[in-house]
Amino acid sequence: MEQKTNYLKLITSPLGKENPITVQVLGICSALAVTVQLEPALVMALSVIVVTGFSGLIISAMRNSIPLRVRIVVQLMVVSALVILVDQLLQAFAYQMSKKLSVFVGLIITNCIVMGRFEAFAMMNRPWAAFIDGVGNGFGYGLILIVLGFFRELFGSGTLLGIQVVPQSWYESGYENNGLFILPPMALILAGIIIWIQRSRNRSLIET
Amino acid sequence: MLKNFLNNIKPKFEKGGRFSFLHFTFEAFESFLYVPGKVTSQGAHIRDPLDMKRAMSMVIIALVPCALFGMYNVGYQHFSVKGLLAEQGFWDIFIFGLSKIVPLFVVSYVVGLGIEFAFAEIRKHEVNEGFLVSGFLIPLISPPDIPLWMLALATAFAVIIGKEIFGGTGMNIWNPALLARAFMFFAYPHKMSGDDVWVSDAISGPTPLANASQNVVDLLPEANDLFWGLIPGSVGETSKFCILLGAVVLLWTRVASFRTMFAVIFGGGLLAFILNVCGVTDVTVSQQLLMGGFMFGAVFMATDPVTSANTGTGRWIYGFLTGIIAVVIRVFNPAYPEGMMLSILLMNTFAPLIDYVVVESNIRKRKRRNEIKQRV
Repeated sequence: MEQKTNYLKLITSPLGKENPITVQVLGICSALAVTVQLEPALVMALSVIVVTGFSGLIISAMRNSIPLRVRIVVQLMVVSALVILVDQLLQAFAYQMSKKLSVFVGLIITNCIVMGRFEAFAMMNRPWAAFIDGVGNGFGYGLILIVLGFFRELFGSGTLLGIQVVPQSWYESGYENNGLFILPPMALILAGIIIWIQRSRNRSLIET
Repeated sequence: MLKNFLNNIKPKFEKGGRFSFLHFTFEAFESFLYVPGKVTSQGAHIRDPLDMKRAMSMVIIALVPCALFGMYNVGYQHFSVKGLLAEQGFWDIFIFGLSKIVPLFVVSYVVGLGIEFAFAEIRKHEVNEGFLVSGFLIPLISPPDIPLWMLALATAFAVIIGKEIFGGTGMNIWNPALLARAFMFFAYPHKMSGDDVWVSDAISGPTPLANASQNVVDLLPEANDLFWGLIPGSVGETSKFCILLGAVVLLWTRVASFRTMFAVIFGGGLLAFILNVCGVTDVTVSQQLLMGGFMFGAVFMATDPVTSANTGTGRWIYGFLTGIIAVVIRVFNPAYPEGMMLSILLMNTFAPLIDYVVVESNIRKRKRRNEIKQRV
């Protein structure tokens, strides 16, 4: 039943027409919470890539020995272990960043993308393919996070990665940072605009 | 002559003409300058014999007193703070205000209509008159010193996110003008309210509302001043007298619903009275109703036929809750001295739900009545 997997497609399709945030509309919560600045968005994206990739690998390797009835419990155990690992690593090597992300690293467990990929892919495919699929979906999620973080930090604080990019002379001539971009609703509006642009370019994605 | 010119250039905009991509832009200008050949056949105002354009024009006429007074008031505040009031004639004051306000109108219309026209061309529909009113309202609810680029950004946000996304005029959930104000309010808070907003070029100070939210009643202007409107505030909302003039026009032409208007004032007044009697706040009912944008919101914003409730009973509920929420936000949340904008936007969200409940309960009532009749 298993046919030759197109690895390239596994990694590219979540970036575009199967994007977890803009098409499947999963993981919105964390996308609102960690994208006020670009740096936490980057770290969060990286953490999610690690978790989705390796959990896919592990679950897929175990897929034939997991009893179907208790599979959710088993899946949760694996994800929890990985998330705790990531969380501890962050606390050990990037304490400030870990404080900034606070509870949202822990909440990767509840991120629907992770469980969604198990059910849709990892339970039925080989470990290597499942790993690529997880990494791809992590990238798709991270891409949106980085785009949101980029615009929100640029317009909300005038900085990128903490470095001021809006020249001081603009402020002196009356430019001001847009407070709305700091607030969570703007992340939702921006995500909506991305969805809008994507669907008007690719009409097959429009739900009826 | 103009008509001839239009007729001459018309073929160029028809299909296959050189400027065919601007066809709808051309049509909009033609019908703006002349009576359109056809009236609205569907849309939000279908239950009125009025065509949408005329309904919109009535609102503009009703707003003119507020706009004119706003211009005078801007000049008045400017010179009174500088202590030069006595030396200035009426026209000096008015023209100073005019020079401040006209750029706001220009920016609001150019940005808003530009976006509307662009969308009309892309989506191949005709340009609606809807923005004429929004574009007039936006400057009136802005502080007079708002930087023009902020106003442009807010207008663009309101038109794109508030209106075009939902399909243009008549489809929007929220009042676009209020959305523009909400954008400015959250994006640039210190420009909008609080202790430090515009009074003149030279000095800024707290508005009456900011004082009221801190419960500093002594600093509030006399009710008289609040009514006639020679107080600092957003451009069009200071004079309650001019707003009442507008209200009379709107009610007389039946463009706005008297139910919504009275329900808002009744709801706000009732809660203000209760809170004042119970000692929660020292702000009296008349001050609460006359301060800030309450009246302006009640007359021009809450009654917007697109975003308000559309059933008779629904309008009473909608208006009543709008008034109550406005006062609640004012009194209990010191961070937001002006509750009117937020309460109208909130009730806009619920308006379809209110209508649904009213319609459904009516259907059920009639069904039951019918059952009883059949049994007898």
